[in-house]
Amino acid sequence: MRALTWHGTNDVRVDTHPDPEIINPRDTIIKITSTAICGSDLHLYDGVIPGMKSGDILGHEFMGEVVETGPKSTLKKGQRVVVPFTISCGQCFFCQQQQYSACDNSNPVEKQDASEMLYGHPMSGIFGYSHLTGGYAGGQAEYVRVPFSDVGPIVVPDHLTDDQVLFLSDILPTGWMAADNAEIQPGDTVAVWGAGPVGLFAVQSAVLMGAAQVICIDHHPHRLELAQKFGAKIINFEETHVREALMEMTGGIGPDAVIDAVGMEAHGFTPDNVLDVVKQKIAPGADRGHALRQAILAVRKGGRVSVPGVYGGMLDKWPLGAMMEKGITIKTGQTHVQKYIKDLLRRIEEGEIDTTFLISHHLSLEDAPTGYRNFHDKQNEWTKVVLRPDMAKGA
Amino acid sequence: MSHHNHDDAPKRTQKDDKDGDLAIVGRSVTINRPRQELFAFWRDFTNLSQFMEAIESIQMTGENRSAWTVRAPAGQTVTLETETVDVVEGEQIGWRSVEGSQIETKGKVSFTDAPEGRGTVVSAEIGYVPPAGDLGRLVAKLFAAEPNIQARHELKRFKMLMETGEIATGSYYRDQKDNK
Ligand SMILES: [Zn+2]
Ligand SMILES: [Zn+2]
Repeated sequence: MRALTWHGTNDVRVDTHPDPEIINPRDTIIKITSTAICGSDLHLYDGVIPGMKSGDILGHEFMGEVVETGPKSTLKKGQRVVVPFTISCGQCFFCQQQQYSACDNSNPVEKQDASEMLYGHPMSGIFGYSHLTGGYAGGQAEYVRVPFSDVGPIVVPDHLTDDQVLFLSDILPTGWMAADNAEIQPGDTVAVWGAGPVGLFAVQSAVLMGAAQVICIDHHPHRLELAQKFGAKIINFEETHVREALMEMTGGIGPDAVIDAVGMEAHGFTPDNVLDVVKQKIAPGADRGHALRQAILAVRKGGRVSVPGVYGGMLDKWPLGAMMEKGITIKTGQTHVQKYIKDLLRRIEEGEIDTTFLISHHLSLEDAPTGYRNFHDKQNEWTKVVLRPDMAKGA
Repeated sequence: MSHHNHDDAPKRTQKDDKDGDLAIVGRSVTINRPRQELFAFWRDFTNLSQFMEAIESIQMTGENRSAWTVRAPAGQTVTLETETVDVVEGEQIGWRSVEGSQIETKGKVSFTDAPEGRGTVVSAEIGYVPPAGDLGRLVAKLFAAEPNIQARHELKRFKMLMETGEIATGSYYRDQKDNK
């Protein structure tokens, strides 16, 4: 099969690889119809995530058709499914608490050591996201092996297009969980840092959850326009003093809940976000540690801070005093995709949530390297790239 | 340091973790399955090769005796014969190598109920003395490189097998070798 593979910093290629096979009883093989490039894939592209090997197949946002099933899979050939980016067994303590992204059993044993050392506990498995999360081949390919296929994939009805449901794999539930973790009450003001895919879905979710006011903070004009479309007020941090503005827009109280969804979301493991920022030359004020510090200072007394799974390393100058003295609550985590996916599919079907607005480009799988380059270099215009193995190169 | 425990922590977490000449490694894991089921699975020693990577096979040679074939580096194998000792039905299984084995080893696995709704806590403790000579160096490599890590890996594989019916792998085709 053809697959997008990592070969080193800023070096991804489409190569020919063996077709995946059923290995464990609960596996299934999916023929990919659509797969997206995630902001966090850019961290792999930038070479800042450890545990990558040349030849690794990338991609954790994908969907397709079931073409082969293991003896214990509950899926049937021909079904159209979207696959969560986190791999979860469904039977461990964590899965049974619906904390799917904390699954004990999906990261192969030998690969758990690194994260166990870094974090005190091992991470679960993730598709196409380094050997620290299992070394699983990702879905930016013609085919993919999906373990625990009785727990992860969700069958989608034929009348919904790929573009309507693809983001159930990651960024929609990630944005939704960010808003869920903000524990929104009627009358609340919710401030969202970052109008990237996760931030935009967090804005949409916060509005649906009944926030009285949602304020989105970014500096890309096009992305801020998208946030505005969903009913958010916007702050351009290049033009405005963010904290003062938030205080003034909330009658001197501060936002009741804040969500830090800045920039390129990484599924953990960035060795040190502060160093990252220096490396990536992100504009001052957009650096991710800066946004989190600013969010903690801005949130009202007794407010909630929600941080979707974007941090992997250590952070300097943690505002512990503000956290303590104001009595705030912080909720974080990789997304428990399986917990939210059914409800979100229903909301898409009923027209309550639209995800297609985000897609700026459809490319063939063969053109994936072009997609990576442009998604990386032209963030304002290239908001989301969907790769389709059935499209012809250059189409 | 004395060999007495001064706190409630298991002996294997003491900074001085020797038990006579035997190096002790051990680990606990909570498995979301009933205690009796886990005990019964482990009681049949022929099952152990399903999750212990170092073990090629185990054959029962008597009611309480089994012959273990252990993988050693460079394609070699080491055999040892063990007898089952200190069995407490549903709670504990012990074993020790019999006279004439190439490795001197003893071990114990215990099963206790976890707090409500969480299954069973399984704790294993394994002690061994590598034999002298060339073989000793091989066995030392096999067990002593990171014996704690190996014990942890094997218990985690046991947990995966009992909870999910399979052992997770990142390989995507059967002959994929580079999965470590
Ligand atoms: Zn992602
Ligand atoms: Zn699990």
